[in-house]
Amino acid sequence: MKDEIKLMKGNEAIAHAAIRYGADGYFGYPITPQSEVLETLEAEMPWETTGMVVLQAESEVASINMVYGGAATGKAVMTSSSSPGVSLMQEGISYLAASELPALIVNVMRGGPGLGTIQPSQSDYFQATKGGGHGDYHLIVLAPSTVQEMADFVGLGFDLAFKYRTPAMILADGIVGQMMEKVVLPPQRPRRTDEEVRQQCPWAVTGKAGGRKRNVVTSLELDSAMMEKNNERFQRTYREIEKNEVRYEACYTDDAEYLIVAFGSIARICLKAIEEARKQGIKVGLIRPITLWPFPYDAIKQTAAHVKGILCVEINAGQMIEDVRLAVSDRVPVAHFGRMGGIVPNPQEVLDALKKDFINPTEA
Amino acid sequence: MKREDIIKPENKVYSRPRLIDTNVMHYCPGCSHGVVHKLVAEVIDELGLEEDAIGIAPVGCAVFAYNYIDCDWIEAAHGRAPALATAASRLYPSKVVFTYQGDGDLAAIGSAETIHACTRGENIVIIMINNGIYGMTGGQMSPCTLEGAKTATTPYGRRTDLNGFPLRVANVVSLLDGTCYVTRQAVHTPAAVRKAKAAIKKAFLNARNKKGTSFVEIVATCSSGWKMSPEKSNKWMAENMFAHYPLGDLKDTTAAPKEA
Repeated sequence: MKDEIKLMKGNEAIAHAAIRYGADGYFGYPITPQSEVLETLEAEMPWETTGMVVLQAESEVASINMVYGGAATGKAVMTSSSSPGVSLMQEGISYLAASELPALIVNVMRGGPGLGTIQPSQSDYFQATKGGGHGDYHLIVLAPSTVQEMADFVGLGFDLAFKYRTPAMILADGIVGQMMEKVVLPPQRPRRTDEEVRQQCPWAVTGKAGGRKRNVVTSLELDSAMMEKNNERFQRTYREIEKNEVRYEACYTDDAEYLIVAFGSIARICLKAIEEARKQGIKVGLIRPITLWPFPYDAIKQTAAHVKGILCVEINAGQMIEDVRLAVSDRVPVAHFGRMGGIVPNPQEVLDALKKDFINPTEA
Repeated sequence: MKREDIIKPENKVYSRPRLIDTNVMHYCPGCSHGVVHKLVAEVIDELGLEEDAIGIAPVGCAVFAYNYIDCDWIEAAHGRAPALATAASRLYPSKVVFTYQGDGDLAAIGSAETIHACTRGENIVIIMINNGIYGMTGGQMSPCTLEGAKTATTPYGRRTDLNGFPLRVANVVSLLDGTCYVTRQAVHTPAAVRKAKAAIKKAFLNARNKKGTSFVEIVATCSSGWKMSPEKSNKWMAENMFAHYPLGDLKDTTAAPKEA
């Protein structure tokens, strides 16, 4: 069967992909630049077709706690928001992680801090990859750079969340959320039946049917020895994820003398800069982390062995650069180039930054 | 005569409800939670909802409700129980979802989630234990603390010029179109316990029959927080709490219309 190609925004692709994945519920609150996710779902009325629940909540706090409640019942539930809203969600995300619940959270980042700007940004990298809320936990963080990946990562995010019983996040930015691009949506899958949910998630709160003992989903454990054991279990899961789920894309790295590391939409701008650099005889490669957590430390370390310098390009003041430095242990000079406040650099600015830092440092 | 000769099954007039676990309760002597737990367990059993009830536990003294009432439970973050209940109820419309919360949890940090669950008319039961104090954290002022009442954070008594007025949550939610049944009860006498149980049962039936949100407030004691004996707590509650929180139904849209 020929793939059906559609033209849509990244935010719309998230909504359509959620329905097609067979998601059971979406709970969200409007915020620019991601409101099209909720708007598209409300317009599509999936409750009439797949039976998916869609609800506009009273706040991001309520949204994420609806996700927590829904996830505790074993259903595939999700929310989406943008940076200030995701800050409000950190409480619920911590509870999801602590209760070992699968869920999908989408952050279409805008510039901060504070109310900031509605323009694109990547300044929530620390929040997304280092925990975000209280306690020792990680989210699986996927960084899409195309509308196609916005669609694909919905299914991938849910699958990983259920595989490891941990929340996953799609960390997008306002560019990939708002831009329109060609996309092939996944085929429509039926939602799991309640019986399938009970079989797949024997821990889920579904009503004490069939004579089983009661299921309790809680993050509370007042016995410190038990709470430490719980934390050790969470950490074992994170080590498994680090071992199995690192994803990245490498371009032009084989002969590269310089390396750019960039994630999300800015990686595509960097690729343009690299193509221009290569026309000028400067051999630059790109590593685009797809999973920001777990981070591709090894891939960057191996590539770093044969380059003279690494430029981290981010739409922020320099956040992922800390992980890149950790990967190369100061054996290679690492520099940052980024814009803030919602400004997206163009390929020429990226190339100029590379030259200034590594090729012609004295000219600056 | 041996003990077994006196205590025979046929002579038994009272026992632990089937759905109350044998775990030792952590509640203080004189606390109303134990009685209300019993009523909830009895109602779930009597309505045949053992396999269909999903409870949402609060943060506060009732945080361990899931250790005592034998049904499936989710433990919510502070105040968020109605948001969890909304999702669980919508994802499993055939189940009966109830929250069990205190006045600090529900009326302060959870006021937004409460009002919006009620105004959406979620088909859930909200049970609020109103003892006018934060019991678990050591007896601080709650929104429902009476004027003049001494607490850990109002050591000289609640002053309305500093701390505002005690909040009548049941009155607030009774104004919302999504609620079908709003009642205020107590469990300080056998007669009150019987009325409270009837109210809880009606609330669970409303949820099962998709009538909208049922809100059952139980005006309750906190002997430890109030620093009174259980007996004096009941007396103080009747003499002081009921004046601000009068008992009875505030709203019942499910009642059969009276014939002219």
